[in-house]
Amino acid sequence: MNSRLIIDIAVNLIRARLKQSIVAAVGVTFGIAMFVTLLGFMNGLNNLLDGLMLNRTPHVRLYNEVKPSPDQPVLISKDYKNNTNFIQSIKPKDRGREIFNSKAIIEILKQDKRVIDVAPKVTAPVFFNAGSIEIAGVVNGIDVPAEEHLFKVSDYIIEGNVFDLNNENNTIIIGIGLAEKMLVKIGDVIKITTIKGGLVSLKVVGISQIGIAEIDNTMSYTSLRTAQMLLGESASYITDIQVKLTDVLMAPEVAKEYQAKFKTDVIDAQTANSQFETGSSVRSIISYAVGITLLIVAGFGIYNILNMMIYEKMDSIAILKATGFSGNDVKWIFISLSLIIGIVGGLFGLLFGFGLSQIIDAIPFETSSLPTIKTYPIDYKYTYYVIGFTFAVCTTTIAGLFPALKASKIDPVEIIRGK
Amino acid sequence: MTLLKLLEENNMSKVILETKNINKYFYDPVKFKVLSDINMSINEGEFVSIVGKSGCGKSTLLYILSTMDTDYEGELAINGVGLTSKTDADLAIVRNEHIGFVFQFHYLLSEYNVLKNVMLPGIKLAKHSMQEIEHKAMEQLRKLDMADQALKSPNQLSGGQKQRVAIARALINDPLIIMGDEPTGNLDKKNSDMVFDIFNALVKERNQALLIVTHDPDFAARTHRTVEMADGKIIS
Repeated sequence: MNSRLIIDIAVNLIRARLKQSIVAAVGVTFGIAMFVTLLGFMNGLNNLLDGLMLNRTPHVRLYNEVKPSPDQPVLISKDYKNNTNFIQSIKPKDRGREIFNSKAIIEILKQDKRVIDVAPKVTAPVFFNAGSIEIAGVVNGIDVPAEEHLFKVSDYIIEGNVFDLNNENNTIIIGIGLAEKMLVKIGDVIKITTIKGGLVSLKVVGISQIGIAEIDNTMSYTSLRTAQMLLGESASYITDIQVKLTDVLMAPEVAKEYQAKFKTDVIDAQTANSQFETGSSVRSIISYAVGITLLIVAGFGIYNILNMMIYEKMDSIAILKATGFSGNDVKWIFISLSLIIGIVGGLFGLLFGFGLSQIIDAIPFETSSLPTIKTYPIDYKYTYYVIGFTFAVCTTTIAGLFPALKASKIDPVEIIRGK
Repeated sequence: MTLLKLLEENNMSKVILETKNINKYFYDPVKFKVLSDINMSINEGEFVSIVGKSGCGKSTLLYILSTMDTDYEGELAINGVGLTSKTDADLAIVRNEHIGFVFQFHYLLSEYNVLKNVMLPGIKLAKHSMQEIEHKAMEQLRKLDMADQALKSPNQLSGGQKQRVAIARALINDPLIIMGDEPTGNLDKKNSDMVFDIFNALVKERNQALLIVTHDPDFAARTHRTVEMADGKIIS
C-alpha cells in the first residue's frame, strides 16, 4: 500500500514536469542506444577479424619443428656428467617433417571426446614456374572433406569447387595473387618445381582468396595424395595434424597433454594468435569506456533535473512531511522517480539500440579482402543488452540518490515558517 | 451536586497533549533562549489559542508540539505517549495518525485534484480501504460545503476554498488534535469567521482538541482558553 502510494506520487511528479522528465529519459535512451550499438558493432568487427584468423587455424596443431636435438652426445656421456659443457655451432637434426605413426595418432585423437574433428595436412614449399621466373610458394595437401568440415575452405574459394581436388588427380587451387601473377585461369595447367628438383604439371581447378595478400600470393591447395606425390612420399606421409576442440579455451591444456603423449611439437591457437586476442580486448575496453561515459553523462542530466524538481517542490515535500511522510518515504519518492526515468529511458534505449544495429547491419560493406562479408558485421549478443540496462538502472539510481537524500533532509518547519 | 459532578467530569476528561519544562535555543548568530520552561496541557474537546507579539516564540512552540521540530530540551507527550526520543519515522506516524495541520498557506499539491489531496494522509495511514477513504474524504468535503469542487485542481479554487480543503485534509484521519499556525491569517473577515465556525463545530461534535496560533484578538477571544506568551514564556 505504502510503496504504491510512493510510486503514485512519483508518477504524478513526473507528469507535472513531463517535458523535463522526457529530456532526462532521452539522455538515458541515447546513452543506452549508443552503448548497445557500439558494443554490438565493435564486437561484430572483433569476431570478424578473429574469425579471419581463428576459424582457419586449428585449435591444436601437431607437427615436427626443425630444431636441434635437446640430448647432445656429450651430455649423455658419463665421463663429462659433472662438468659444465659448452657446445657451439650445433646444427638441427634432420628428423624429417613427417609425423611418425600419424594414422594411429589420428585414430586416438578422433576418439577423444573433447575433439570435434581431425584434419591431416601435408605442407610443402615449392616454386611456381611462370616462364623463366620462379615464384616461391606453398602447397597445402588437404583432406578435403575434413578440411571443409573444420575450416569451411569453400568460403574462400572464389572460383571453382574445392571438391574437384578429390575428383581429379593432379589438380590445384591457387591463391588469387598467384593466379594474377601467372595469368592463369581455371582449366590452365601450371608447372611446379619441388625443392628436391622434381617438375610436376598440375591443372588449376579453382582460385582462392583469403583476404590476406601475403597468403593469397603464396598459398595453394591440392589433395593429400597429390601433395604426397609431389614430394615423392608414401600415402602415410603427414606433416601436420590439425585438431578442432569443442571449446577453444581448453586448447593450451590439451596441447600440453598431446605433446607429452605423442612426442611431437604441439601449438595451441592462443599461443599462435596472441596478437589477435590483445587487439580484441583493447577494442572491447574502448567501446565499454565510451558507452559508460555516455551513461554517466545521462546520469548528470537526471541529477540536474531532480535537483531542480526538489527546489520547485519544496512546499509539497514540507506538507508531505507534516502530514505523516517520514524522511525515508520522501527519499523513496525521489529514488523511484529517477528509477522510472531510468527504466523507461533504458527500455527505449535498448529498442533504439537494436534498431540502430539493424540499420548498420544492412549497410553494404564490400571489400575484396573479405569475400564472405557483404554488410557491416554486428554482434547481437544479449549480454550487451543486459549490461547496458543494468548500468542504466544503476546510474539513474545513483544520480537520483543524492537529490533524494537532500529532499529527505528538508526541514518542513523551515519551509512552512518561511512563508 | 450536579455542578460538582460536572466539574469532576471535566477534570476527568483525557489529556491529549502535555509538556514538561520545554526549553529551546537558537544558536545563530548567538545562543539565544527562545522558549523557557513551557509547561502546558490540552484536554480533549478543548479549543485553545496561543497569542503574543511577533517573535515571542509562539510559532516555535507550535512546531515543537507538532513533533516537526525535535531540537529542544524537556518532555512532550501526546495521548500519554512520550515523544522526546522517538525517531523521525515514528514521529511521522504520530503526525499522520494523531495530528491534523492547518497552516496560513494551504500547501495543497497541485499535481492532485482536491479529493486526492484530502485523501493523501488517509492513504498514507492505510487503515482503511481506498473506497472507505474516498467516502470519508467526500464526507469531509461535504461538511465544509466543498463537495462540488472535489474533482477540481487546487489552482482553480479561491483562497477561502483552498483553506477549507486544507482543513478537510487535516481531518481525514480523525486526529486527536488539530494544530493551526495562523489559519485565518490570509483570509478576509467572512472566510475567517467561517473557519472559526468549522473549528468550533469540531470541538463540539467530535470532542477533538484544537490548538491555534493567531494574531487575531477577536478569534482568540472566542476560544475556550487563550495562552498568552511573551519573550518565550507563558504569561497567562
